[in-house]
Amino acid sequence: MTILAVENLTVHYGVIQALKGISFDVQEGEIFTLLGSNGAGKTTTLRALSGLLPKTTGKVTFDGKDITTTPSYILPSLGLGHVPEGRRIFAELSVADNLLLGAYHRKDKQAIKEDMQAVYDLFPRLAERRKQYAGSLSGGEQQMLAMGRGLMSRPRVLLLDEPSMGLAPILVQEIFEFISEINKRGTTILLVEQNAHLALKISHKACVLETGRIAMSGTASEVAADQRIQQVYLGAD
Amino acid sequence: MAWHIIALQQLINGLALGSVYALIALGYTMVYGIIRLINFAHGDIYMLGAYFGFYAITMLKLPLVPAMIVSMAAAAVVGVLLERIAYKPLRNSSRIAVLITAIGASLLLQSTAQLVFGASFKPFPQAMAFRRIQLGPVFMTNRQLLIFGVAVLLMVILHVIVQYTKLGKAMRAVSMDKEAALLMGINVDRIISATFAIGSALAAAAGILVGMYYNRIDPYMGMMPGLKAFVAAVLGGIGVVPGAVLGGLLMGVAENMVVTLGSSTLRDAVAFAILIVVLLFRPNGLLGKKGIEKV
Repeated sequence: MTILAVENLTVHYGVIQALKGISFDVQEGEIFTLLGSNGAGKTTTLRALSGLLPKTTGKVTFDGKDITTTPSYILPSLGLGHVPEGRRIFAELSVADNLLLGAYHRKDKQAIKEDMQAVYDLFPRLAERRKQYAGSLSGGEQQMLAMGRGLMSRPRVLLLDEPSMGLAPILVQEIFEFISEINKRGTTILLVEQNAHLALKISHKACVLETGRIAMSGTASEVAADQRIQQVYLGAD
Repeated sequence: MAWHIIALQQLINGLALGSVYALIALGYTMVYGIIRLINFAHGDIYMLGAYFGFYAITMLKLPLVPAMIVSMAAAAVVGVLLERIAYKPLRNSSRIAVLITAIGASLLLQSTAQLVFGASFKPFPQAMAFRRIQLGPVFMTNRQLLIFGVAVLLMVILHVIVQYTKLGKAMRAVSMDKEAALLMGINVDRIISATFAIGSALAAAAGILVGMYYNRIDPYMGMMPGLKAFVAAVLGGIGVVPGAVLGGLLMGVAENMVVTLGSSTLRDAVAFAILIVVLLFRPNGLLGKKGIEKV
């Protein structure tokens, strides 16, 4: 079942067209990856979906509802979560408060507590640091916090923007394992990544953005097998 | 009287006055923290608060505490409207445009107040008989005690709201990162309104307290205290809530000490002199954070 459908999305920064009409469908339960080099429009796509950037044209449907013009702050309550690029945790709030804000729209206090415990179980290092300022965490821990905070809204679809950015290789591996785990627990994931190799390994489907257009799309293995993709994004000779 | 007793007496006077500056400074610093705007109309909200209190006592015949609550609520409404009408449309404009708008809003409120309430001052009704409370060699008036007590109470309430409630956490989140706050499902516009409402209510309480203290209110009474509270907020570190309290108390005490040292004409100048000296050594204010400019 299609849970997120994007049709003919265009976005402008002033006179510059950053997205030139892209369309794709995300199926419930899958990991869908947007690949592409810097400036291809990956982050722009996620920000436009979340209403952080105005869409020039296009239509976005989430779970059958048209969310093209829905304000950003409504989306978490509909089940669309977004873990932004650069983590954007609240540095001067505690780890626990960051997680609580992730559940901002929810009123079910008992379930929030349980979900918080679930996040701590998934990321035990956050549990040890629950009273610390989020800004005092390491880069990898901050990414875990950002993802945990994203999960606290109980999203049906989670937009994940460059979760491996700026992390040591060993942590990158770990973060991808977490993404897989979150997906296995039932959350659909729309992933934006520069690390094409690892992203394709855990994804079901992928599409490649080039200067605001979709250059290629298919199952993860189809995309990984494409010769040009191998040369440009996977570093094959 | 020995000099140290006079100093102690002036310390008490200074703390009472300073707690009023602190109440006003909190509004400046909260608004700055959340939308990086120096709300120059804030001093005029304080003036309106005094008038609302005046009419609540004289026309509605309310006792002091209910009058104060009515005035705080009315000022909160004015503060929210001010933000919605004057500042919100400029949310994405240059900061200088908003700053000029704030100065314009200040003049508008002053002129409107002059038109509606009259230009001459009004004697503020005294809700309690004047009494002295002897504290060893020094004394405190019951009005000073009331000012200090109400100010401290309001600051404690504010502290609890900001630190422990969901609203307070959302306010801090919005001040740190508006976009991330939106992605958490926080209605940022509503949080900004709440910030203006709280800041304006505190200013209104300060307006009533000062009206009682000096026994008079007028449409231009907001200018100097507004300016001094702004200085207090910057002195403490603008955007930092405890900084506003510290800055306000310091300003009140310093001002009274200068009067003791023999120059009441210099009392207004000293505020700004302190500001200049402190900012030379601590450009972010006493409790200010190192400026982490976000890109």
